[in-house]
Amino acid sequence: MKIEKSAYVVNQQQRETAPKRFESSCVMLPIDNIDTDQIIPARFLKTTSKSGLGDQLFNDWRYDESGAPKPDFILNKPEAVRAQVLVAGDNFGCGSSREHAPWALVQFGFRAVVSTSFADIFRQNALKNGLLPIVVPAAIHTGLLATPEAVVTIDLAEQTLTLAGGTKVEFPIDAFSKHCLLEGVDELGYILQQQAAIEAYEAAHTLG
Amino acid sequence: MGKTITEKILAEKSGRDARAGDVVVCHVDSAMGNDGSTPMALDYFDAMGGGKVFDPARLVFALDHYSPPPSVKTTQLHKRIRDFAAAHAIEVWDVGDGIGHQLMIESGRVTPGSLVVGADSHSVTYGAMNAFGTGIGSSDLAAVMICGRVWLRVPETIRVTLRGSLSRGVFPKDIALAMAGILGADGAAYCALEFSGDGVASLELEDRLVLSNLTVEMGAKNGVFPGDEATAKYLGREFQPISSDRGARYVREIELDLDRVTPKIALPHHVDHVVEVGEAAGTAVQMVYLGTCTGGRVRDFHQARDVIKAGGGVAPGVQLVVTPSSRTVLDTLTRDGTLGDFIAMGAVIVTPGCGSCCGTCGSIPGDNVNVISTANRNFKGRMGNSSASIYLASPASCAAAAVTGKIADPREFPC
Repeated sequence: MKIEKSAYVVNQQQRETAPKRFESSCVMLPIDNIDTDQIIPARFLKTTSKSGLGDQLFNDWRYDESGAPKPDFILNKPEAVRAQVLVAGDNFGCGSSREHAPWALVQFGFRAVVSTSFADIFRQNALKNGLLPIVVPAAIHTGLLATPEAVVTIDLAEQTLTLAGGTKVEFPIDAFSKHCLLEGVDELGYILQQQAAIEAYEAAHTLG
Repeated sequence: MGKTITEKILAEKSGRDARAGDVVVCHVDSAMGNDGSTPMALDYFDAMGGGKVFDPARLVFALDHYSPPPSVKTTQLHKRIRDFAAAHAIEVWDVGDGIGHQLMIESGRVTPGSLVVGADSHSVTYGAMNAFGTGIGSSDLAAVMICGRVWLRVPETIRVTLRGSLSRGVFPKDIALAMAGILGADGAAYCALEFSGDGVASLELEDRLVLSNLTVEMGAKNGVFPGDEATAKYLGREFQPISSDRGARYVREIELDLDRVTPKIALPHHVDHVVEVGEAAGTAVQMVYLGTCTGGRVRDFHQARDVIKAGGGVAPGVQLVVTPSSRTVLDTLTRDGTLGDFIAMGAVIVTPGCGSCCGTCGSIPGDNVNVISTANRNFKGRMGNSSASIYLASPASCAAAAVTGKIADPREFPC
């Protein structure tokens, strides 16, 4: 069974915008310490084009030696194509700083990853590429993993994840990243908007 | 209240008080991009309306992951980086010059007290120089290229107190693996690791680079050493060290008695899956990799060479791959006869660079091959073949495996 690229390319178009509020089913990958070599192996980094990276997401878990999709791997199941939320184990995204990792996840169609913790560089890279890294308490995480058919609602403005039963869980995000995601501006754009204030501050506080 | 080394450097670079938890915008003294992260950074640079680079003298690009480039695509990535660098008067460390991290140290771009970022997670290596070094993504690098600054959340600090000195047959890599075993892959998540104690003086700067390099495998933001005589010896000059204050706040304290550290090994496929090397003894290996920004310096190759010589050479059926971390390292090994020794042992000698570490160039292990390596990561598929199993150990332990064809305790050999 080969997943047609077009299935998530269609979804992709609506996801180019920042993920402000959406409802989605989840893909469960309850493995701790998933490193960026698993998310996208280094041999696929020879491109700076975002398109196609979704095909290589979790490549070595997803395809057998002949390149055929492994039917048992969760991303190869039909329901995965519609899911916009990945629920993964602790310390997601450790390893190399490669920014291709959030790209590959976004290209596949994910708009959020839910875990108990994220590796620092991955978290930063994700926020800059429209992928929400959502940290939830261990008990909520365990509950989510136990209900693989669950549909959740994520609201960035509210900073909440609403579970299928209606339970609302707040998640942390720094105010700056939130602003950038909600307003659709990048960090540099934000800093440049503040140029006059920065110059006034620097004039008063010489850095030496 | 006193400050940690990290808080002091970030305060100096931001012009703010900079306490753990604060978000500060810092002046970047130097920034490095490599051939894996820079092409994407150039795309972001254009997308952000980059135009002109803020200060080309503070930037450098290292062509180290594809060294030499194994395909037309990677050659073209190099060309793109060279063309951009030429247009903006940015220095390039070209194919064969070495690994960016090693060159940042050798070139003097990292100095005590400086704030240095690299678009590569192992930029934490620079902390060995009493500096703040951390890894960033490609989009962050593009922003640094444009504005010369980076915003950081000042990390909490975990103090690692080292006591005494290492016993015969035990090396800095064993300390780092012992720490990974204690802390786990996220035990220092977004924390600074600050080394202290009388054991620090027993470590040369090259040894400290190994420890700082591996701090990211515990999730650390940076891994910083105090500055002392060993730092001055490497720099060849006196300097003003950045020291932590009495009363500085630490979120956790770890003490390690170096005399009691024993040879360790990380089992596939996680860096924190650490056991005594003896527990894995007898496991057959078919490939031994000496190199990388963790274990590719002159001292590492001397330690490995001594064990292999003492053991009578490389066992049949074992491929020994030697990849110096820089041209200077290669030159030193050539002049002092070490390279000749490795050639006589039948080693495959690879152009300075990252080599086999992440499967981007160099020798790729075959199916189901067991590799023992001086590198920093053993994730599944890391070296380009997901059916290979990677063990991480000190250069001496890797050499002991080369001699016997199986994992062995290096203390069985004179070293």
